[in-house]
Amino acid sequence: MKIPEENDDRALIRRCQQGETASFGRLVEKYMKRAYFTALGLVGNQEAALDLSQEAFVRAYRSIGKFAADRNFFTWYYQILRNLCFNYWRDHKRHACPFSEIGDIDLETIVDTGQSSEKLAEQNEMRQAVWQAMNELKPHEREIIILKDFQELSYQQIAETLNCPIGTVMSRLFTARQALKQKLERFFND
Amino acid sequence: MTDRQKNHMSEPSYQWIMPAVDQEFTPEEWNNFIQLVNADAKLRKEWEQFQKLKEVTRTMKFKSPPKEVWDTYWMNTYNKIERRIGWIIFSIGAIILITYGLFKAVESIIADPQLQGIVKIGIFAVLLGLVILVVSVIREKIFIGRSDPYKKIQR
Repeated sequence: MKIPEENDDRALIRRCQQGETASFGRLVEKYMKRAYFTALGLVGNQEAALDLSQEAFVRAYRSIGKFAADRNFFTWYYQILRNLCFNYWRDHKRHACPFSEIGDIDLETIVDTGQSSEKLAEQNEMRQAVWQAMNELKPHEREIIILKDFQELSYQQIAETLNCPIGTVMSRLFTARQALKQKLERFFND
Repeated sequence: MTDRQKNHMSEPSYQWIMPAVDQEFTPEEWNNFIQLVNADAKLRKEWEQFQKLKEVTRTMKFKSPPKEVWDTYWMNTYNKIERRIGWIIFSIGAIILITYGLFKAVESIIADPQLQGIVKIGIFAVLLGLVILVVSVIREKIFIGRSDPYKKIQR
């Protein structure tokens, strides 16, 4: 019988609070990919993303005793991770890698839409420009775009993760995309 | 117009384009949005531009690191947790030993009849200053850091 995800997390956290480190290991293995890719979006560097996502788990483990079992684990963990990433970004903005180094083109989507080679070339150029422009955005603007477009979270999931209403998610997303669009003006002036 | 649209779409709020771009509309909301777009050329242009941006960002994904990274992820995290605990225990031990050593040093300096009074005062002042500095830094880190209402603001 499959245990629902939330209950599963609560059971693991309870066992972890009783001193069972292996239970924390299961939580880490469950969320490590989501944590890593979110951190990568926020700091733009693989090594830093790996290190920061692990460091956030270390801090979460240290504070697990204070964690209220009715909360969502990843939402709580995410607050630790984003603070670490924002601090890192403030100090190491220039260490962000170009998208060609860390990015992977979603071939399935491109095949599905049956685009022409000319359009693909234009999109490739735009992809590089988008990433560069994203690196110039404010951290919270980058964050909302990463959560929506790279992590593919729904508005509801973003609202839960950022602990804000859906209306705020929409307005933040609008502001962030508007800022991004302005930096990419040359692609939109046709 | 649905209640959700009425709540969020105050004039001229273009943020309502977002759920259209992200396909987060109900069919009813979508029909309402299309009517708005048909009546407002500026809104249509904005929508098309955001669509174009979304077409690009939705194909942008990050490369997955090699499998070994995932295989060793928890072990590396566990090592960090273990080392952190090691450092904490080591630091506690070091603080106890250093404090005891300083206490003994001060005790022997005070008891030494050959050492001049001014030297004793100098050593005592250095140690007292050091203690004040350490306590001040620790207090700032622990107490002020926790209650600082501006800690999330970038300085």
